Amino acid sequence: MADLKAQIIEQLNLQEVAPESIGNDQSLFSKEGLGLDSIDALELIVLLQQHYNLRIANPEQGPQIFQSVRTMATYITANQTVQA
Amino acid sequence: MSEKVWIAGGGVISGIGLNLQACLQAFRHMQPGMTAMQHLSSVHRNTFPVAEVKADNATLADMARMPENISRTALLSMIAAREAWQSTGLGDVSNYRVGFVSGNTVGGMDKTEDFFAEFLADPRKGRLQQVLHHECGSITELVADAMGIRHHVSTISTACSSAANALMYGSRLIRNNIVDVVIAGGTDALTRFTLNGFNTLMILDQQACRPFDDTRTGLNLGEGAGYVVLVSDSLAAQLQPWCRLSGFANANDAYHQTASSPEGTGNYLAMKGALDMSGLQPAQIAYINLHGTGTQNNDVSEGIAINRLFAPHFPPMSSTKSFTGHTLGASGGIEAVFSALSVKEGIIYPNARFEHQMKELPFAPATAYTEGNELLHVMSNSFGFGGNCSSLVFSKA
Amino acid sequence: MNSASAYITGSCIIRHNRIYLNGALLWEADQELELQEFLRAGYDRFSGQYPKFHKMDALSKLGWLAAEVLLKDAGVKLLPPEKVGMVLSNRSASLDTDLRYYSTVKDIASPALFVYTLANIVMGEICIRHGFKGENTFFVSDTFDTELMSTYPAQLLAVTPLQACLCGWVEVMEQQYEVALFLIENKQSEMGQPLTGAALSSLYQPE
Repeated sequence: MADLKAQIIEQLNLQEVAPESIGNDQSLFSKEGLGLDSIDALELIVLLQQHYNLRIANPEQGPQIFQSVRTMATYITANQTVQA
Repeated sequence: MSEKVWIAGGGVISGIGLNLQACLQAFRHMQPGMTAMQHLSSVHRNTFPVAEVKADNATLADMARMPENISRTALLSMIAAREAWQSTGLGDVSNYRVGFVSGNTVGGMDKTEDFFAEFLADPRKGRLQQVLHHECGSITELVADAMGIRHHVSTISTACSSAANALMYGSRLIRNNIVDVVIAGGTDALTRFTLNGFNTLMILDQQACRPFDDTRTGLNLGEGAGYVVLVSDSLAAQLQPWCRLSGFANANDAYHQTASSPEGTGNYLAMKGALDMSGLQPAQIAYINLHGTGTQNNDVSEGIAINRLFAPHFPPMSSTKSFTGHTLGASGGIEAVFSALSVKEGIIYPNARFEHQMKELPFAPATAYTEGNELLHVMSNSFGFGGNCSSLVFSKA
Repeated sequence: MNSASAYITGSCIIRHNRIYLNGALLWEADQELELQEFLRAGYDRFSGQYPKFHKMDALSKLGWLAAEVLLKDAGVKLLPPEKVGMVLSNRSASLDTDLRYYSTVKDIASPALFVYTLANIVMGEICIRHGFKGENTFFVSDTFDTELMSTYPAQLLAVTPLQACLCGWVEVMEQQYEVALFLIENKQSEMGQPLTGAALSSLYQPE
């Protein structure tokens, strides 16, 4: 999950956020959490495609997958087939 | 100084017709313009339907009487601007102080793309001439030159409300006696750039779009151009103007780069401001030409703002984007022409493919074409990225 | 267009890695800094605490930073939000970002870049930051048209509900950039001077 946090920070250009400051279960989108927005959600979809070769065609799946770093990691593990 | 500003004519080229009469026929016969791509070359050809203007660049260049190698954005602009001018019967442009105010968002991006394709393949091959006309401003200059317009030329770039803002600015030029006539509106050609971009935002529908329908999943891109001809009181007295631009307002939603605020604050402020300027009560509006893109976000925000302003009396309303697709910088101009004609001919345009009532709203769009209605005041909404929200009101007198 | 009671009550010019406030040099960064480095240094110096800054394109960062400096102590933030408008202009629209976005398309197109491929997003960012909800327009013209930028905002203050208006020039193309942002109000202030094309020109070219 540490890798994933670093990737999120890079993809979303979160220049003032340290990877270790993101809790595994911290909300990514709520104001109390990281406060990400709809464009960030689209960038997370790009991240999954770029780093994990996972395609999300239906943006409505987003909120469920992107609740927290842990839910993202779970989704990646569950959907990743053999790495080339 | 002209107290009032009148609409003396208009011209449109869009995915449903090469001129205004052809567009009207398409509305009458319920023939929306979305099809698989014919002219644009894209990997998304079979994925996303678009409302292309049904003519290649050679045909358009012929119609525009301009060289074929210039941007499609300029060709579309020229064709609609000339139709608008000719519809007024004003005659020779050089007899008046004329302004040209045009909105667009993509400029000559179609030509830039061709340049890049060649340039990336072989850096010695890309033709620099193609990038020369890229800037949004040069599209306007090209058309103004071809029309012989010298008194005032401006380009406005505020995303999908560009053309509506062009009408606002043009109207003020006349009110302040800078010019007597302004051709105002906008133009945008379909490009891979915008298609890919809207695809990354995941707001393109893979079927024909369904504005204000509960099952809507996004917009279809379109292309085209639309211009009205604004004239002063003294010129209007010599003509038979279609109607009057009686009110307008622009507001910023100040919420998000691309998304509308859930309560449609900017939408509400724009509509309210336009009504205030025209001195009307909401109940006096007889038809609303909606922004109505067909995205989840736009339609619910626009609808909630309309509910807040108009409840409990909702006028007939519809999104003509259900026929033309979303023509971006041109949309406010195309829909201004439709709205002005709506006052003149009493036309209520149909909202195609509406079947399912949106659960958030107490009203539904009009689904049938009718003409000869008594429509004294018509509102046209244009809302753009960057929170830029405009609303125009056209009145019979 | 008439210019009854419109005053320039503040100006911020950004060029050559220098920021001028009301005609005086406020801050000068290392001349070697590239534009993005300069913008980050300016953000750290004059703002901070606004992480969304880092996601903006160069055009938005420039306009946003100028507004940050110009409005720091301005009373305009106390006006009702719908009374503050904006009229900006530039030469290259969003071309700088258009080309950056275009270069991502062949790999995986970036939605975060695409949202900035419109010239007026910079106005949206300034409005989001300060809550302004008044009328906005963005003109594309070859040079900073001081005539347009004096007459049009003056007219907006005269005939619309606006009481204040930001206006000016925000241009960027690769490393070439320039911002001239002015605060126009319908009330005179101690620093203020009547809004004219000549007054804008002299503030735009301080030397």
